[in-house]
Amino acid sequence: MALDVHIQITDRDGILHDVQAPADMALNLMEVVRLFELVPEGTIGVCGGMAMCASCQCYIQSSHELTEKLDDEDAMLSEAFNVKSTSRLGCQIQISPELEGLQIELAPED
Amino acid sequence: MITTDILIIGAGPTGLFTVFEAGLLKLKCHLIDALPQPGGQCSEIYPKKPIYDIPAYPEILAGELTDKLLEQSKQFKPGFTLGERAQTIEKQADGSFVVTTNKGTQHKASVVAIAGGLGSFEPRKPAIENLQSFEDKGVAYIIKDPEVYRNKKVVIAGGGDSALDWAIFLSDVASEVTLIHRRNEFRGALDSVDKVQELKDKGLIKLITPAEVTAVFGDSKLESIEVVKLGESPVRIQTDAFIPLFGLSPKLGPISDWGLEIEKNAIKVNNALDYQTNIPGVFAIGDINTYPGKLKLILCGFHEATLMCQAAYKIINPGKRYVLKYTTVSGIDGFDGSRKEAPKAVVKSID
Repeated sequence: MALDVHIQITDRDGILHDVQAPADMALNLMEVVRLFELVPEGTIGVCGGMAMCASCQCYIQSSHELTEKLDDEDAMLSEAFNVKSTSRLGCQIQISPELEGLQIELAPED
Repeated sequence: MITTDILIIGAGPTGLFTVFEAGLLKLKCHLIDALPQPGGQCSEIYPKKPIYDIPAYPEILAGELTDKLLEQSKQFKPGFTLGERAQTIEKQADGSFVVTTNKGTQHKASVVAIAGGLGSFEPRKPAIENLQSFEDKGVAYIIKDPEVYRNKKVVIAGGGDSALDWAIFLSDVASEVTLIHRRNEFRGALDSVDKVQELKDKGLIKLITPAEVTAVFGDSKLESIEVVKLGESPVRIQTDAFIPLFGLSPKLGPISDWGLEIEKNAIKVNNALDYQTNIPGVFAIGDINTYPGKLKLILCGFHEATLMCQAAYKIINPGKRYVLKYTTVSGIDGFDGSRKEAPKAVVKSID
């Protein structure tokens, strides 16, 4: 049976959304934001999820252990704006049951 | 004034394939693109990445797809206005349109096909106070003519290919080149990284990392910038030019003021028929359009381009009938006088 994962997402207007992200669709965090239409189309996942733009940048607010950043993501974040120590690219974080209760905030659009 | 049958805005895969489909209908095309080369995202963002869902190609690199589309449409002699952004559209008394770019180039066509993908790629500008007021007064986000930096002091910010490549190039032109990046690591082709290292060792490029430009100063033009190196106090650097190179991001841009119906950052079209917008004669195809069930896929753009060309044919040849012809049967007659056709079968008896 498919498991849903609860994720709390604060959108770019500061509104908190509690979403149930399906864990059986090979989704990443960027795609979850699009699935629930939390930001206008065309303002997130611009490069399609290749870590080649920073439109899906988010700040991780909870203490979940996430997969390590790969070089692509690291390099992109080194060029992005509004980067904090908690910044990640949503497209590089796959939804898995371990992410239950994850809290993130979407970075502003640049 | 450039005149054509179909003016295509956007030279990505959908725009390029439109040239081919239009050519089969004897319609001429001209393309405008804000980028300096054709291919759109495929050449700008991910030329070296593979695509797996182009029919008949189990795998093709995005850059290779662009090359093949250019080759396929070559005989229909498309015109290109590259490095310019379509700015305004004006409907003429005769029903045609005049589209003018940001550089003033005018194009006249009976049909306009917007194949603009995510919009036009605009440089990403760092959030530095007053930065905008120094634009063209020392601050630039794109290097159009490197000669303007001859014997000048130049500061480049960024850590990608364009920052590296321009730092290398300008080290030969400018009197002083400083490259500032937030990290010690750069992301670029290995030989550019090595070359910058070499130039730095020779003292031809000044490298400041990990650091960020935090302020710009000057009276009538840029005179200095403030740089903060991680963990240190700010320093001022005298410079004639500051060039932040932080990549490009697509914006719908001026098209959003053309009176088109926009939904979710995309142009609404009639998908039951021909992908026409709310302005008759103006179509939107590929990633830039939206309709119920829309999928932003290259292959869907190809289909949309094909149907759009049929509608364009009817507008350009009113009252003329059209019968679908197969390229295998009819061959292809290029506008350059070339002809491609299937080889004729040989009829010969066997003894």
